Amino acid sequence: MSNLTSLTLKAALAGLADKSFSSVELTQAHVDAVAAARPLNAYILEAPEKALDMAAASDARRAKGEAGALDGAPLGIKDLFCTEGVRTTACSNILGNFIPTYESTITSQLWRDGAVMLGKLNLDEFAMGSSNETSAFGPVVNPWRAEGSNAKLTPGGSSGGSATAVAADLCLGATATDTGGSIRQPAAFTGTVGIKPTYGRCSRWGVVAFASSLDQAGPIAKTVEDAAILLKSMSGHDAKDSTSLDIEVPDFPSFVGKSVKGLRIGIPKEYRVDGMPAEIEKLWEQGIAWLKDAGCEIVEVSLPHTKYALPAYYIVAPAEASSNLARYDGMRYGLRVDGANLTETYEKTRAAGFGTEVKRRIMIGTYVLSAGYYDAYYVKALKVRRRIADDFDQAFQKVDALLTPTAPSAAFALGENADDPVAMYLNDIFTVTVNLAGLPGMSIPAGLDHKGLPLGLQLIGKALDEGTLFSLGGALEKAADFRAKPTRWW
Amino acid sequence: MAIDAATVRKVARLARIAEPEDRIEPLAKELSGILAWIEQLAEVDTDGVEPMTSAVAVAAPMRDDVVSDGGDSARVLSNAPRTVGGFFVVPKVVE
Repeated sequence: MSNLTSLTLKAALAGLADKSFSSVELTQAHVDAVAAARPLNAYILEAPEKALDMAAASDARRAKGEAGALDGAPLGIKDLFCTEGVRTTACSNILGNFIPTYESTITSQLWRDGAVMLGKLNLDEFAMGSSNETSAFGPVVNPWRAEGSNAKLTPGGSSGGSATAVAADLCLGATATDTGGSIRQPAAFTGTVGIKPTYGRCSRWGVVAFASSLDQAGPIAKTVEDAAILLKSMSGHDAKDSTSLDIEVPDFPSFVGKSVKGLRIGIPKEYRVDGMPAEIEKLWEQGIAWLKDAGCEIVEVSLPHTKYALPAYYIVAPAEASSNLARYDGMRYGLRVDGANLTETYEKTRAAGFGTEVKRRIMIGTYVLSAGYYDAYYVKALKVRRRIADDFDQAFQKVDALLTPTAPSAAFALGENADDPVAMYLNDIFTVTVNLAGLPGMSIPAGLDHKGLPLGLQLIGKALDEGTLFSLGGALEKAADFRAKPTRWW
Repeated sequence: MAIDAATVRKVARLARIAEPEDRIEPLAKELSGILAWIEQLAEVDTDGVEPMTSAVAVAAPMRDDVVSDGGDSARVLSNAPRTVGGFFVVPKVVE
């Protein structure tokens, strides 16, 4: 039954529907694959018993003719989503053995539609990182290796566990979150599809907060259509998140396979950055050619404030994080380290509980919000953020979507950028603009570099126009015909 | 603007993070490096630009002013480091 794990979500749902196999069989195959893949460190909590219980319940529902849209499909859940009765840590020691007494809205919608939970997936601590190396559980290892090398590569971050689990066939799809590129960059590094929807499309309720005006959840999946199926279940209005949009959820899967003839695709000239590998430039040109062949019109556009997006992000995101993470005070949940008085207890608890990168970002955020610096840094960054959003508004007067590379490199070695925070931040140079503007962005695997490592292309859409991204993503996927899989070494 | 050791100590205090003495100088260097990189924002002309405080242009929704949840102290307390008789136990706040 090992071939059951190589199915796409769509094919697995079809197999369940025509009774080729049961959810218990499908889930058992995945449980076995997860247990055999511990060297990848993708799952930080395996829940085989719960998964098999959920699978048996799914089979019973299907027998009664009550199967939902995802019924019986085993998924992995990023450990940023609160799961009732199942430890949720955000990969931080400060949450310790936190067992939520409630379920995040997104995961509750997945279970409503019949999905099965295999376990919780590794991530950078509080989703702060681009290589999964800030996790308190240690880094995830990319299932891909460069040709002729055994060096361990990063799967990207922060959703490195989600991307690895999908790429290594350890689930049929995974939840992820994206504050500056944390869905799209890991998808590009692992040859998977990832979409960050429009801000407000998915409820943030029950998702551990990092930077609330930027955080948005989405799926990582094996195909564009699988991503569409998952996003449809994850989306929708939730009164418990005041920024959740009260609008109808389109039938995303129906957009995959639609003709893209006549769509105008913008190529932002500012994304041709110095030092970008020639292979990525070439892949971008190839993507342009593919979309031309599919009948799209290519238009050069300008997003003049692109280079200011990352510095603006590194004010806005840490500022919001320093505020959000103030809740970890050792009083109501999580770690407590006793001190001589209340303040010392706070200080010792937070010193012991947070990792280096999280502390660094809390410090930056505290600094830019402190008296005397608030206007010079924080308000300035919010004004630049408006400029960046205005750039997109102008571009979308002329085009229907944008095509760019997802990341400035292929997967790099674990430890490679560990000493230089700014070098690590530059990983998000092509993705972070989308978070600042609240727009949807999707990464599609488009080719391999000379070392045999996957590279991704990014599509950026108008607000609430994920449908067009699914059509274009489907067209790119078809043209790229990306079928490469990592060779199993674990 | 370069951040010195005194500023690091002040920010760590504001953030309620006990930073050991041997981390103060490295942090000053790291934070100064990040802020030096951020300084390029000064190049952007933002005169008359309204700060963007929300990713979507929608008004904050109003909800009915009714109790919708609560009365469930066992669940609220279930992850607390210390509890007694249905209350959180915290260090003494008022002398």
